[in-house]
Amino acid sequence: MSTQVKTQPQTITVKRSGRPLTTWGPPLLVLAGILAIWFVISALLGDRDFLLPPPNEVLTQAFFNPSTMGDILQSLGRTATVALTGLAVAIVIGVLWAVAMSQARWVERSLFPYAVVLQCIPILALVPLIGFWFGFDFFARTIVCVMIALFPMVSNTLFGLQSVDIGQRELFQLQKAGRWTVLVKLQFPAALPAIFAGMRISAGLAVVGAIVGDFFFRRGSPGIGSLIGNYQSRVQGAELFAAIITASLFGVLIFAIFGWIGKRAVGKWYDFGSS
Amino acid sequence: MPHMTISATTTHLLNFQDVAMTFPDGTTALSGVDLTVNRGEFVTVVGPSGCGKSTLLRIASGLETASEGTVELDTDRIGYVFQDATLLPWRNVTANVELLAELNGVPRKERADKARKAIDLVGLGGFEKNLPKTLSGGMRMRTSLARSLTLDPELFLFDEPFGALDEITRERLNDELIKLFTEQQFAGLFITHSVSEAVYLSTKVIVMSGRPGRIVDTFEVPFPMPRDPDIRFTPEFAALVGDVSHALREGHS
Repeated sequence: MSTQVKTQPQTITVKRSGRPLTTWGPPLLVLAGILAIWFVISALLGDRDFLLPPPNEVLTQAFFNPSTMGDILQSLGRTATVALTGLAVAIVIGVLWAVAMSQARWVERSLFPYAVVLQCIPILALVPLIGFWFGFDFFARTIVCVMIALFPMVSNTLFGLQSVDIGQRELFQLQKAGRWTVLVKLQFPAALPAIFAGMRISAGLAVVGAIVGDFFFRRGSPGIGSLIGNYQSRVQGAELFAAIITASLFGVLIFAIFGWIGKRAVGKWYDFGSS
Repeated sequence: MPHMTISATTTHLLNFQDVAMTFPDGTTALSGVDLTVNRGEFVTVVGPSGCGKSTLLRIASGLETASEGTVELDTDRIGYVFQDATLLPWRNVTANVELLAELNGVPRKERADKARKAIDLVGLGGFEKNLPKTLSGGMRMRTSLARSLTLDPELFLFDEPFGALDEITRERLNDELIKLFTEQQFAGLFITHSVSEAVYLSTKVIVMSGRPGRIVDTFEVPFPMPRDPDIRFTPEFAALVGDVSHALREGHS
């Protein structure tokens, strides 16, 4: 007696650009271009090539030198600890902050301006103060990191929570769903793509924040920022470049990891576009 | 004073008496609307866009409160199908169909049973694990229908659900809706701007005029349920469609 309609099960597969040449070719070409220009400039500098040592020198003197690389990686490890701790704290505070604001207009009106203020204050000017207040150690560095990485988490999460389709909202309203149910079953899942996009931005900023912290707080075990400072003052061009490149690669790596996590988590139903 | 009561004494499921709706910005969407949906009836409201027919449904469902008049509802089992399928993109078909039962605290096993039955009823068997983005527009609307069916509605409200679908899909879904109506025994209040869809689906067609929305005419549809698809090509059907269209045009001018 049931209304049966036969339809063939079908799956629609979304094609992704799969050919490695078209994916990796263009950026590699740009890299080759940058390296070529780099070579030319350091050749033109002649005697003063400590200002910009040629790429091969950076490789042989720093990257292939176990003791230099050992120093760089060890200090990067300390910086990474600060960055990841700061990022974790920023994610938790950012999401809670945004959830609080999403619950009532008056909370949003009271709290959002301060998220913007946080984004706008010159953190670099505040850093010495933070050192005076909280010491020059791990704790203070993490605070700097959180302050720099927090805003994208707050604004992205809030945007995500508020972007819920009005029809879906009414669907929940018709079942008299409570605030908490709407948050957990509708708003939060709907906000996940925006939250992951925010995490990617915050991850990059957290690394920057940790390095900035290193620059100012040189007490205790040095992070990669203070190592960069040392190389700079000793005019060790090759080592300086190796440290900067390593630090940047670390930032890129974290950015990529969070992109990947986001794709794994919501890529099945949400299309992030090409990235 | 506007008020909404759930009474058990009346024979009708839904009764509007002299209902008016004025929005805070001063626009009057409805004025002096009397409307009744009895058990066993499928009532369709046709009218030009912006005539307040969606507002009618929103008042009936409780999403809006009428500014004047009386609204009586004789059931709390109300299905509501939106213009858009409003599926949650992160849930597959089964999880989407289970949503309303889940929100109402129905135990896991019972709602899985309900969902399976509803999915079979709308012919989506085999697509249980599909995510909405892999479904066609018609299949999404079926999922949306199935979701409301899990509530075992006594009154089913439809807000132009097939308006965005192509003609062929729309006609198929019309036929399936009629089957569901005859088998599941809910009463329906259906909003559309298609006159032939209105006449084909319903036992009663109500014609509304625009700004402010009011009822200008009511037509009983005499054809037996379930409807034979070929009824669309009979002179009687054409004549009724003509009458409704006339009423629509007169009300509009």
